[in-house]
Amino acid sequence: MRWLARSYLALVYLLLYVPIAVLIVFSFNDSRTGYNWGGFSLRWYESLFNNHAMVQAMWNSLWLALTAATVSTCIGALTALALHRYRFRGKKVLNGMLFVVMMSPEIVLAISLLGLFLLLGLKLGYVSLLLAHVTFCLPFVVITVMARLSGFDERLPEAARDLGASDFTMTRTVLIPVIMPALMAGWLLGFTLSMDDVVVSTFVSGPSYEILPLRIYSMVRVGLKPEVNALGTLLLVFSLVMLMLSQWILSRSKQ
Amino acid sequence: MTETLLSLSGISKQFDEKTVLDELSLTIDDGEFITLLGPSGCGKTTLLRMMAGFELPDKGTVTLSGVDITQTPPEKRPLNTVFQNYALFPHMSVFDNVAYGLKMEKRPKADIQERVEEALAMVQLEDFAKRKPHQLSGGQQQRVAIARAVVKRPKMLLLDEPLSALDYKLRRTMQVELKRLQRELGITFVFVTHDQEEALSMSDRIVVLKDGRIQQLGTPREVYERPANVFTARFVGQTNFFPGRVTSIEGERISVDVFGLNRDLSKPPFRVAMNQSLHVLLRPEDIRVLAPDDTEGVAGHIVERNYKGSTLDSVIELEDGSHVMASEFFDEDDPAFDYSIGERVRVSWVDGWEWLLAEEGDEPLTDEEELAADDAEH
Repeated sequence: MRWLARSYLALVYLLLYVPIAVLIVFSFNDSRTGYNWGGFSLRWYESLFNNHAMVQAMWNSLWLALTAATVSTCIGALTALALHRYRFRGKKVLNGMLFVVMMSPEIVLAISLLGLFLLLGLKLGYVSLLLAHVTFCLPFVVITVMARLSGFDERLPEAARDLGASDFTMTRTVLIPVIMPALMAGWLLGFTLSMDDVVVSTFVSGPSYEILPLRIYSMVRVGLKPEVNALGTLLLVFSLVMLMLSQWILSRSKQ
Repeated sequence: MTETLLSLSGISKQFDEKTVLDELSLTIDDGEFITLLGPSGCGKTTLLRMMAGFELPDKGTVTLSGVDITQTPPEKRPLNTVFQNYALFPHMSVFDNVAYGLKMEKRPKADIQERVEEALAMVQLEDFAKRKPHQLSGGQQQRVAIARAVVKRPKMLLLDEPLSALDYKLRRTMQVELKRLQRELGITFVFVTHDQEEALSMSDRIVVLKDGRIQQLGTPREVYERPANVFTARFVGQTNFFPGRVTSIEGERISVDVFGLNRDLSKPPFRVAMNQSLHVLLRPEDIRVLAPDDTEGVAGHIVERNYKGSTLDSVIELEDGSHVMASEFFDEDDPAFDYSIGERVRVSWVDGWEWLLAEEGDEPLTDEEELAADDAEH
């Protein structure tokens, strides 16, 4: 029985990680075709960095993810605080609408955003991408911050006020430091979502601002190039670093 | 010599149509230890939060040293609070927690350092300055909360059930420590609790609250020995309520029939009439349990006995079915003193140890009414 359980587990992990392992291994393959091993080489990494359009798309994507995550964390944190602290008309509607954005199919969001931008006469490019990415990151940030706030001791802001802090000082010295891990988690989530979004981006991006996922997508349409393996490996390393960073932040905040 | 520090007048507060405080007035003297005592939902915490500035009254005013502070926000009030679950800032060290209030005053660094150390020494936590709150025990966190609140030398310290999260032994220690602090600092303490024992042992004065109204305001002794009404009598300590009936009134003395015993008692401070029903209140320690062949008292038998270490507590069922609680100290001459269940005894008390209350609905007389009643008698 134990033997069966172990082999089942092994099979699951195999299915999960073999494709990734293959991708990493072939990114170092000297051979042009993906079927045979032609010896170790870094040539695909080299050609990747010599591909200016690709490097530009990478920087574009990073900048977009950075700004989208930051803007949605700011708006999301304020929304979460408002939903947590105050009672106001339409609170339930606002809460429900966040879930609507989160649950609705991405393609619906993409079409409606495109329609909106066309209606407004907004030129498709960085700004339209940013607005779209902030829109779909926002609910995730709000929910992450709200989860942290629900365990927040209501007496802490009162204690700060009692000791002479104004509302603003209290927010700066007590509230934000206490919910900081949630803000960071929300930011990282937004960053990741923005970084690998294809569907919405396809609709709202223009020729002036090319981003990485779309670039990769157009590359593989004309056949799988080994550069894509190298790029995939780099992205994998990048996400692992981000994951470790977020874990480290969370473990430090628990101390 | 006593000066009024804080006065609340005509305070009313409603939450969602529910009245929490009802036209409440109270003055607190400078330097006293006053306790707000009552069951949960009596309005004691709301009252404290109103003093701190976290709640605004719907009606009425709050005055501190003659200045109206009703609308003053909490950060501008020279009062500090010790919260129920301490509310220590989890991301700051013990030192920074205590220093927070002084930093808000923008005091010089050296000054802050000195005063924080002084405050931590006062609660015996000098060696814990660098720790984070979660590295401390409950009692230590409690002491940090107190140090943080007193470091600004407030005119008044508000304590919201500060000991309720501690275990029994630690509570007793902290009660003594709080009293010591209050003596040393000379600050007025307003203490909220639902624990009557705590209230009795610590306070200079007790405010008994129920349904947003003051039931009684007095020293612990007054509240315990001369409860103003049935609620206070029941809430503070254990009490036997014996049904009494007035059989004669002569000047300052009245005769009351209790379980067929005719007792001659002094006239209570409210209007009494012939054949009126009264509550005769006796604390368990005022009850005398006599041998079954005694001529005095009412016959009954033991239905419960509890060994309490210093006292033997028993419940006696009388012939009419009513139960009497008795609490007797152990006698050095009779170390084996005990009862067995079912043992026959007689129950009595020393005249003058009882306390009379009118049946509810009959309000105690005001001073003027009492004078008028006296005049009518003469």
